[in-house]
Amino acid sequence: MRARRVRRGIARILFWLLVAAIVLYTVFPFYWAVVSSLKTGGALFGTELVPRDPTLENYVGVFREQPFGRNILNSVIVSAAVVALSLFLAVTAAYAFGRVAFRGRTPLLLAILGVSMFPQVAVLSGMFELIRWLGLYNSLASLVLSYMIFTLPFTVWVLTTFMRELPAELEEAAMMDGAGPWTTLTRIFLPLMGPAMVTTGLLAFIAAWNEFLFALTFTLTNEMRTVPVAIALITGASAFELPWGRIMAASVVVTVPLIVLVLVFQRRIVSGLTAGAVKG
Amino acid sequence: MAGLASGLERQRRRAAWLFLAPMLGVLALVAGWPLLRTVYFSFTDATLYDIGGHGFVGLGNFRLLAADPNWWRAVWNTLFFAAVSVTLEVVLGTVIALTLNAQMRGRGLLRAAMLIPWAIPTVVSAQMWGWMLHDQFGVVNAVLLALGLVSEPVAFVAEPSLALWAVIAVDVWKTTPFVALLVLAALQVLPKELYEAAEVDGLGPVGAFFRITLPLIRPALMVAVIFRTLDALRVFDLMFVLTGNSRATASMSVYARQQLVDFQEVGYGSAASTFLFLIIAAVTAVAITAGRVRLDNR
Repeated sequence: MRARRVRRGIARILFWLLVAAIVLYTVFPFYWAVVSSLKTGGALFGTELVPRDPTLENYVGVFREQPFGRNILNSVIVSAAVVALSLFLAVTAAYAFGRVAFRGRTPLLLAILGVSMFPQVAVLSGMFELIRWLGLYNSLASLVLSYMIFTLPFTVWVLTTFMRELPAELEEAAMMDGAGPWTTLTRIFLPLMGPAMVTTGLLAFIAAWNEFLFALTFTLTNEMRTVPVAIALITGASAFELPWGRIMAASVVVTVPLIVLVLVFQRRIVSGLTAGAVKG
Repeated sequence: MAGLASGLERQRRRAAWLFLAPMLGVLALVAGWPLLRTVYFSFTDATLYDIGGHGFVGLGNFRLLAADPNWWRAVWNTLFFAAVSVTLEVVLGTVIALTLNAQMRGRGLLRAAMLIPWAIPTVVSAQMWGWMLHDQFGVVNAVLLALGLVSEPVAFVAEPSLALWAVIAVDVWKTTPFVALLVLAALQVLPKELYEAAEVDGLGPVGAFFRITLPLIRPALMVAVIFRTLDALRVFDLMFVLTGNSRATASMSVYARQQLVDFQEVGYGSAASTFLFLIIAAVTAVAITAGRVRLDNR
């Protein structure tokens, strides 16, 4: 009896050690970035877990040494435009896919899913030519346009899944009243799609906010860069001395809003992430 | 009445295509057309400063590609990275999901903590770990030195034989939560009765895991493996930010972009891109057929 209780106790301790290890593993790197961003000079190269005299010098430096405010604004503009455009295109398409039985529906849906497997680099030269031809090189519009390649497939897919589950009676009633498809979509379905739109919109926002390869290739000047490119290209006085304090400060500035957003919408994000995968 | 209904149906179908048209148009413009152009460029000697004026070179670019040891190094780096990181992520993700699935206080908090690495941009993750793994001032070296595990600081990122492992470590940290959440979703819908039956049969926790849990969550695991493999095969940000264009870590995407943009060789770079696209298409086809066959067997 006693041996069993001891064994249970040990199992419990091991379990909580495992939990502690998981938390440490997932949270520590970001904590360390925050701590490092508050240190300057020699303290930056030390290992104390709580900065002895924290300073905001790195944060001031990031905004003084480069157009980081502009970079943040660029990222906000691009991500917001990407969300608006892809939600509009996806919700109309999802109505067709989810509510109307037409020939070629399944192959078309699979083809769209196939686009999400495209490696970005596989369209890079064709996209570069297209963007130059449209006169969009080194502009934010080039990013909004090119980001459609990865936001559209999953917004269409997830919204279609949600649209399918809405009851058919609603639509029949609307049709009895003589409402056309556009009215049915905007008046009947759109209000019900709120939660799904928030989830997919959020995922599209994060994807656009984090994108790097297109942003690196299609913009040229410091003023047009988005946040990930700006952070990747921060350099110090010489090529051999990277200003780690400032890099960490910039990283914290762009990550904190994302983390807040993700924690607030935790449940929705988890269901959105898994809905696509479990059903697909 | 029947005539009216079919008329309405026809009207709906016409409206459906009208509703689809904008989305299909944009997707054709940003995905279909650029892909066709890239494949086309791969048979030409186009350059970035004169993308329009180019000659046809047949399979010349692919022949050059096959003869370049740096390309084969990139292919190997990518496959090695994909295989190791996806394996680690699935094993670690399953362990974490099983832990999160236990009844305990603070589970919500733990799940929130899991979302932090997922939410952090890849570029930021790469920079954060680049700093932690720094050869002189990195906290990882400080800990290893303090524990006496190494006698002098290790250059994780600069040392060619370790750099790819550093990249893998960052990827595992960033994407394991995604796998864990997928597996957790599958775990939470498993019927409790099965485990009660297993307890009656004296199966034990380990037996129950391999006999009951694993077979039941296999579809979710397959989905995670496929998603992660496709992502890993096109990896770019991590390598580029952590180690630049270094040969030791360059993936196929890094190699192709370097040729395309830095060396301005659009024709040759497109050939590399096309090759990567074909590999990913092949993996997708194999994954889908393998998934189907398994599903049919049950």
